[in-house]
Amino acid sequence: MAILVIADHDNTAIRQGTLAAMTAAQQIGGDVTVLVAGEGCRAAADDAAKIAGVSKVLCCDSPLYAHHLAEPFAALILTIARDYSHILAPAVTMGKNTLPRVAALLDVAQISDISGVVDADTFVRPIYAGNAMATVKSADAIKVITVRGASFDKAAHGDGSAAVEDLAAAEDPGLSSFVGQELSSSERPELTSARVVVSGGRGMGSAENFHHIETLADQLGAAVGASRAAVDAGYAPNDFQVGQTGKIVAPELYIAVGISGAIQHLAGMKDSKVIVAINKDEEAPIFQVADYGLVADLFEAVPALEAALAS
Amino acid sequence: MKVLVAVKRVVDYNVKIRVKADKTGVETANVKMSMNPFDEIAVEEAVRLKEAGTATEVVAVSMGPQQAQETIRTALAMGADRGILVKSDDDLQPLAVAKLFKALVDKESPDLVLMGKQAIDDDSNQTGQMLAGLLGWPQATFLSKVAIGDGSATMTREIDGGLETVEVKMPCVGTVDLRLNTPRYASLPNIMKAKKKPIETLEVGDLGVDVAPRLTTVAVEEPPARQAGVMVPDVATLVDKLRNEAKVI
Ligand SMILES: Cc1cc2nc3c(=O)[nH]c(=O)nc-3n(C[C@H](O)[C@H](O)[C@H](O)COP(=O)(O)OP(=O)(O)OC[C@H]3O[C@@H](n4cnc5c(N)ncnc54)[C@H](O)[C@@H]3O)c2cc1C
Ligand SMILES: Nc1ncnc2c1ncn2[C@@H]1O[C@H](COP(=O)(O)O)[C@@H](O)[C@H]1O
Repeated sequence: MAILVIADHDNTAIRQGTLAAMTAAQQIGGDVTVLVAGEGCRAAADDAAKIAGVSKVLCCDSPLYAHHLAEPFAALILTIARDYSHILAPAVTMGKNTLPRVAALLDVAQISDISGVVDADTFVRPIYAGNAMATVKSADAIKVITVRGASFDKAAHGDGSAAVEDLAAAEDPGLSSFVGQELSSSERPELTSARVVVSGGRGMGSAENFHHIETLADQLGAAVGASRAAVDAGYAPNDFQVGQTGKIVAPELYIAVGISGAIQHLAGMKDSKVIVAINKDEEAPIFQVADYGLVADLFEAVPALEAALAS
Repeated sequence: MKVLVAVKRVVDYNVKIRVKADKTGVETANVKMSMNPFDEIAVEEAVRLKEAGTATEVVAVSMGPQQAQETIRTALAMGADRGILVKSDDDLQPLAVAKLFKALVDKESPDLVLMGKQAIDDDSNQTGQMLAGLLGWPQATFLSKVAIGDGSATMTREIDGGLETVEVKMPCVGTVDLRLNTPRYASLPNIMKAKKKPIETLEVGDLGVDVAPRLTTVAVEEPPARQAGVMVPDVATLVDKLRNEAKVI
């Protein structure tokens, strides 16, 4: 079997989700090619070549792919797609945006956000916000798959030495163009790959108060997350949202502060190894998934926690 | 400008779903059903475009069993002009839905198709992207802002690291995210008015589309349950447990 993994990267290095997709590819079993497309992406291609188990890296360096706009990017993937039995991408914005377009143009189904590989045709994926797990079998000749990063170990990275080949750009469909972006810059670890995540909810009460979460996160070297209610209220940017329709995280430690624990939020964090919940309402559903629950006013508990960690 | 807006009938987001004992799926009998929450946002956006004079007609489309008509009625009560129900009692997977939508687009020639980014039952997040691909149209997914211009639209999207703005040619497919708008509640007079708005019913066969499922569900199971945790009396105990029991800090 020939497997194509579409890399998520920042032109300099590959991102963690790519390593999880690589693990899924290895579980399917076969010869794995990684596609790195971007602008000035040679360093990322060289980085991809170091992933254990990769046999070849295809590097397509063109301004057309600078922002991974779905229309030109899908056109590029389609120039090589039929050489593979499986096409995998991490279930990040890039994969979620582009892969269904590729699948439709190949006239195959997409299998979204898989959390397990049963065999080369059969996969496990969460449905209903992770309240049920569906095992699905594909009848299509090419399996187009997005991979849930939190559900797979990261493939070893560093020892590999695959060959890097250039891939020619495809014709630009000329349907879309990039205008601009507003990225929330942060020195903190990236949310989906952080070892520790501290998340705040509506209970934080204001954007100013949300800084308590950031202080605590910095003490722990953690990433910051938020509930939808906290994002909607403007306490935190949209890309902090953890949940069914936000980011899926599974850190070693997840600390939920002032979050009630709606199923849509639990969907994004209930696979964390250790969950801590701080909430003043002892009935809050978050306590049903918490390993350690503390019923307290967060405005007392969080400063006390900061003090205790500092000592 | 004509807008086609997709509305899927799904298990209400507040329902705690139950997996069927025979593992064939999720219990949907006698369960509250509603419009997919993202589709409410799509309808709201379409209706606002009409109120702003940008759109001239809003057509709400649902595919599924006869009861999906209720979902279309909700869209009509929110302000859509008419509805189309593509009736099917079979499992319609995203590729099939996208193909059916393509057939409707060929018939209706809209300038914009708005969909939800994700249906909260199958959590696929595919249909809009697939439709755009099949039509050869641009796609603007995960929208948090829509600005329709002359022959093109400036669309702001929620992406992994923040927000991105793209310009796409029209016609296009847009899929909406949570923060695009806050959907209105239909007023009683508008619910009454909606009863008189037309809903056309088509059979899948009328559209000449092969909707055979490509994925077979082998089993649907409960996710692994978490071990019950403990309540700690104070912050000192919490820190002690995290350091010495869980060893995570
Ligand atoms: C289609 C759809 C998708 C969604 N996707 C997501 C998603 O991806 N992620 C997500 O998070 N949500 C999502 N939601 C929203 C979800 O249903 C909840 O509304 C949301 O998670 C609630 O956020 P919260 O827990 O911060 O707020 P609330 O439910 O209001 O909870 C606030 C909590 O703070 C506690 N509190 C208040 N003050 C204090 C204090 N001083 N000290 C201690 N505790 C305090 C309260 O007891 C309460 O439990 C989605 C909803 C829909 C319909
Ligand atoms: N059966 C359907 N009827 C109407 N719209 C649908 C249907 N299935 C999917 N959609 C639309 O496609 C979006 C994404 O669905 P999905 O790709 O299944 O997550 C939904 O939010 C709807 O707008």
